[in-house]
Amino acid sequence: MWNRRKEDEIALKPASAPPTPSVLAKEGIPMSTLPSRTASESHVETHRGQAVLGKSVIVKGQIFSREDLTIDGEVEGTVELQEHRLTVGPNGKVTASVKAREIVVLGTIHGNVETTDKIDIRKEAKLVGDIRTARIVIEDGAYFKGNIDIVRAEAPKPQPAPAPKPQPVASAPAPAVAPALAAGAGDHKR
Amino acid sequence: MSILDLAGANQATISFLTGYGHRLFSDDFMHQLDECFGEGDFYANQANPLMSGKFLDTALGFGDGLFDGALVWDTLQFLANPLLQTVVNKLHRVLRPGSSMLAFFHAEERVETIPTYSYRIGDHRTILLQGRGRRRPAQFFNNRSLEKMFQDFESVKFFLTRDHLREVIVRR
Repeated sequence: MWNRRKEDEIALKPASAPPTPSVLAKEGIPMSTLPSRTASESHVETHRGQAVLGKSVIVKGQIFSREDLTIDGEVEGTVELQEHRLTVGPNGKVTASVKAREIVVLGTIHGNVETTDKIDIRKEAKLVGDIRTARIVIEDGAYFKGNIDIVRAEAPKPQPAPAPKPQPVASAPAPAVAPALAAGAGDHKR
Repeated sequence: MSILDLAGANQATISFLTGYGHRLFSDDFMHQLDECFGEGDFYANQANPLMSGKFLDTALGFGDGLFDGALVWDTLQFLANPLLQTVVNKLHRVLRPGSSMLAFFHAEERVETIPTYSYRIGDHRTILLQGRGRRRPAQFFNNRSLEKMFQDFESVKFFLTRDHLREVIVRR
């Protein structure tokens, strides 16, 4: 009987079917602790350690990322990747202010852009907005309209060597005052 | 310094000017002209007040006294009056007193079309010209017509260069 029940359970619960929310609710498993990604739900996927917004994704709001991000859809708002790279793919359309360590533009950006390292504008790209960066690379065929401010990180100035503290000078004993010669001794008075 | 460059952004000019620590505002003026007036008769459209107003807002929507220099290259040749004089007056306002503007005008007068170029600053002695085809200019300019056009500027200097180009340096 044990084996048969086990077989029945296996037959009733095929391994490939994910638990439905109603089943999970009955079993008392909070859904928030379960991985929420399924193939049909989200077009956001991680690929090789970076996040990707596919070309059918539209985001209106603020994006903060702690990993490299590729945008191939539409984003409106702000995008911040402090120490990472943002790639705007050929289908990407970003209407936002953007801050990142590095930005590669193959699509379109309307907005001000700030990078700590480099911005790379490829030949089919379009960027309208001000750029503030340490380095810029722009290919022939790219369209750019805006200000360019190159901000190079200053090399740390060498700290001046601290002035040596004056060493206390050991006080020399005061020269003994030669005792007055005894009268008559060595004194020739005329 | 803050420089206005109407040739369209290119690596050579950006590297040269920013290498000196200057700030650069870059736009492709000819691209803007084609976007605004390209459908139909290019020069007749420039006489349309609505279209020319939209063009001025898009291409030259700057405040007064913003720039210490302007590189307008050969773009003024493709503006018909009254838009041409309006643009020149606007350039006068956006430049700070004492600043300079560089413009090129084709010196040949008996031609239907003139060559157009993409201009890039190679170094302090070299400007690189890359051919971009030929276009019909709005009009031909001689020294007298250029002096009249830039009459609000402090001085106008002319230099004749190779390739039938008249180089004009105008001081605000």
